[in-house]
Amino acid sequence: MSEPLHRQLGMTDDEYDHVVEILEREPLDAELAMYSVMWSEHCSYKSSRVHLRRFPSDAPWVVVGPGENAGVVDLGDGWLAALRIESHNHPSFVEPYQGAATGVGGILRDILTMGARPIAVWDPLRFGSLDDAHNRYLFDGVVKGIAGYGNAVGVPTVGGEIEFDDCYAGNPLVNVMCLGLMKREQLVLSAATGEDNLAVLLGNATGRDGIGGASILASASFDEESGAKRPSVQVGDPFEEKKLIEACLELFARGLVVGIQDLGAAGIACATSETAANGGMGMNVDLDAVHLREHDMTAPEMLMSESQERMLAIVRPADLKAVLGVADRWDVSASIIGTVVPGGDLTIHHRGELVAEIPAASLSEDAPLYRRPLERPADLDALWSETPAVPTDDAAASLLRLLDDPAIGDRSWISEQYDHMLFLNTIVEPGHDASLLRIKGTQKALAVSTDGNGRRCRLDPRRGAALLVWEAALNVAVTGARPIAVVDNLNFGNPEKPEIMWQFSETVDGMSDACRDLGLPVVGGNVSFYNETDGIDIHPTPVVGVLGLAEPYPDPPPRLDRAEAGMALWLVGPEGDPDLAGSAHQRVVEARLEGRPAAPDPGAGRSVIEAAVVLADVCPVLHDVSIGGIAVAAAEVAIRSGVGVQIDPGVDLFGEGPHRFLVAVPADLAHDAITALGASGATHRVIGRFAGDEIVLGTEVVSLEEAANTWREAIPRRMG
Amino acid sequence: MKVRVEITRRASISDPEGTTVARGLRDLGYDEVGEVHMGRTIHLDIAGDDPDAVMDRVDEMCRRLLANPVIEDYVITVEEPA
Amino acid sequence: MTQRVAVVVFPGTNCEHDVVHALDLLGVDARLVFHKETSLDGFAGVVLPGGFAHGDYLRTGAIARFSPIMTEVARFAEIGRPVLGICNGFQILCEAGLLPGALVENRDLRFVCRPIHLRVESTGSVLTGSAAVGDVLEIPLNSYEGNYVADTDVLDELERTGGVVLRYCDPGGDVSDAANPNGAARSIAGVARGSVAGLMPHPERAVEAILGSADGLSLLRSFVDSLTPSRV
Repeated sequence: MSEPLHRQLGMTDDEYDHVVEILEREPLDAELAMYSVMWSEHCSYKSSRVHLRRFPSDAPWVVVGPGENAGVVDLGDGWLAALRIESHNHPSFVEPYQGAATGVGGILRDILTMGARPIAVWDPLRFGSLDDAHNRYLFDGVVKGIAGYGNAVGVPTVGGEIEFDDCYAGNPLVNVMCLGLMKREQLVLSAATGEDNLAVLLGNATGRDGIGGASILASASFDEESGAKRPSVQVGDPFEEKKLIEACLELFARGLVVGIQDLGAAGIACATSETAANGGMGMNVDLDAVHLREHDMTAPEMLMSESQERMLAIVRPADLKAVLGVADRWDVSASIIGTVVPGGDLTIHHRGELVAEIPAASLSEDAPLYRRPLERPADLDALWSETPAVPTDDAAASLLRLLDDPAIGDRSWISEQYDHMLFLNTIVEPGHDASLLRIKGTQKALAVSTDGNGRRCRLDPRRGAALLVWEAALNVAVTGARPIAVVDNLNFGNPEKPEIMWQFSETVDGMSDACRDLGLPVVGGNVSFYNETDGIDIHPTPVVGVLGLAEPYPDPPPRLDRAEAGMALWLVGPEGDPDLAGSAHQRVVEARLEGRPAAPDPGAGRSVIEAAVVLADVCPVLHDVSIGGIAVAAAEVAIRSGVGVQIDPGVDLFGEGPHRFLVAVPADLAHDAITALGASGATHRVIGRFAGDEIVLGTEVVSLEEAANTWREAIPRRMG
Repeated sequence: MKVRVEITRRASISDPEGTTVARGLRDLGYDEVGEVHMGRTIHLDIAGDDPDAVMDRVDEMCRRLLANPVIEDYVITVEEPA
Repeated sequence: MTQRVAVVVFPGTNCEHDVVHALDLLGVDARLVFHKETSLDGFAGVVLPGGFAHGDYLRTGAIARFSPIMTEVARFAEIGRPVLGICNGFQILCEAGLLPGALVENRDLRFVCRPIHLRVESTGSVLTGSAAVGDVLEIPLNSYEGNYVADTDVLDELERTGGVVLRYCDPGGDVSDAANPNGAARSIAGVARGSVAGLMPHPERAVEAILGSADGLSLLRSFVDSLTPSRV
């Protein structure tokens, strides 16, 4: 006798008992399948919800906060931005091209669901070392998958960031952030309201893609072969998605939908129950009406299918003809699968039989909530007791080794595979601290920076996470934008381990502190647990995406390639002791990971951000100091601009202390720059100048040509 | 009847994918590999029981849509008569 | 009188709004025309913009060329009205036989999105009529199948008749393998025949300094200058 069905579906006995309590009877197979997926960690956030509540999420400009398909913020003058971040870690490890591609497809639909046109995508990625062939295969496949889907669907990929560390070898992280833009009147919510309104399923035919534990239900007998049934890989079709996007945008523009929801995890089950619950209504669903790719599917399979490129629109009966007309014009398949009814019950029929009758809201609202135990990792004291060595010699050799690192070197091997220019909005392209996108016909531009630093978070998740928010905020500020909202993707190991849960809790607190200090609302996020392989967990890897608004945007905006001989090199921000804990210097040069990163200084942080925003209007180059410290930051400006740089002796070359950025200041603008800085309260110091064809680090010298070649070849020489 | 169409890049037209695969095979030690040409196979299920008529129709399909005569050659094979 | 230009939208086209934006800057009345339309009456010229028409399934441009609107595009070519294909539009024009040759995958089998340099080779086309031979333009390329191929005799014929209108080059204007971003035969980036022209790079992406370059205006202005007054 095999295990009970609910356990095969990943439910605990307590969770099963709770279902019985809700229904006041034993659940039918399809019902059990729905609860098992909707109450999974992925869908219900049952381990993380209790912590996520601590994020500050309010601000006057927040239109839609966490919990919807995407956060929405007001940009003024009737413009709204929708933003979201997601992960596709596990699928990308199994099948890198399709895993990454469907990750892009999924998040575009989340943004579309709010009524917005997706206008740009960012991809924060993490892999094991590129010295290993399998990691190269994963990296190449993921980048090609993002490019293959994003380019074809017609949404530019304008940035992201990348880390390589052994902890990601068995568990690459593929996160994706998307930004959408709309006018206020386009905002749509995922609510099924209005009795007798119809639920219209748009897009791809439903097949057995990505069916999770529910696939067990496909077989009549539950034998030992059940365990061998693996969820099939989802395959993305960017062409179908492109048509779906255009068709939906036309439906929104013509006011033909009451509510809409994309189909992601748990497909039809999730979309029908969530729209009904959000509208305070029920829904009668007829599975026989669903257009199928495979005709012998069972009800649980149809409900759980994660076939891509599908949306569920709620439409008034009077508009049905027009809706079907729009679908037909775009060659998008449509089927009427449900009717909105009063009462709150989700009732599903298949082949004349009742397969589910459950309170729609119970799938989300009654989901379990766990307070998992927390325990501080035992090895932290030892890690903190080590004082990182401050490098004293070999600065030139260290710089070359850092520039050769694929996480520091030129990343255009990646970004040139992505269409990053479509829509003619991209005025600062990938390869800068943040990408800057103008809104045509306005003085507004949006900056986004995504940032993560797993190694620093491993050493101190609270400080590490806070520093990420500060860094991303400064990254958008150096393009002239004020940070206005945050989304976060929290990639962690196994939450059933108290040490992992402690890391998670600390991360939430660190991020919350930084967001409060910056007045930044968290408008959305995603949690990816169980990033472990063979019992080894990844570093705690929160990734944040910060959105900034520049108005009027600087024209021309600061860029890394606008330094010229004769310009002074300024460092703006506090100069404490060199902070090397978790630094790139430790990783690349010393092969160590130890120490405790410095805590952020909110007062200094705020004044430095203010300084960046005002200086962006004055100076040609502003560049955040982050991994690799001042030496790498200055070298990047020198290489990109094609001019040498001389850094004075005594400067902290490789420390990664927070709240600092470099500025290239033309002599005739020095006075304006000082005036601009004055109001911000930030301190500055001249630490060098641009000249010649060498990078001079105090007393050591690297030729600009050698530095540039090393930097340019960091990824190509490894990828062949 | 079931008909298979195999489409390959014409020899006079550059085939970067084939060249790359050939290089990859040689890198793995398969020194005997000469030229490699990539192609694609299309399986068609066609109503009709006259093989000649079906061949003519499929040949027309190839010329009009399935292959681009500027860069591609094609071979039609009846796999399974009606 | 303002010239009216049709910008064709196939399912999967994605550069249509960018082309309209660029033509707007040149004072042209550019309008989107859906591929299922059967008439271009009232338009002085037509642009097939970039993207992935019909998902590029089967072959890039293969299915798009059978769209109803393509009969009208062919008629424009026949009667000498300007027809311009950009990127995917160029691929479609080749598939339709309105331009010689074809576009295959890039030499390095990687998508390429970056600004490249082009040298104007001939001014006898609707794309280069207002430029000068030898002009070097910086314009973004954005394609996976941008590698131009044709038989030797076709290439020779193109060269002889001024049909090669743009070649990839370095910033100084020199043509070389190193300056050829995708392996295109003889570094060809754009070709023309009669009133039809096609190119892989995207001139509409280089129309304002803040986008990094305004060199694309030179090509688009040539196209606009070649329009004769709209007739109904």
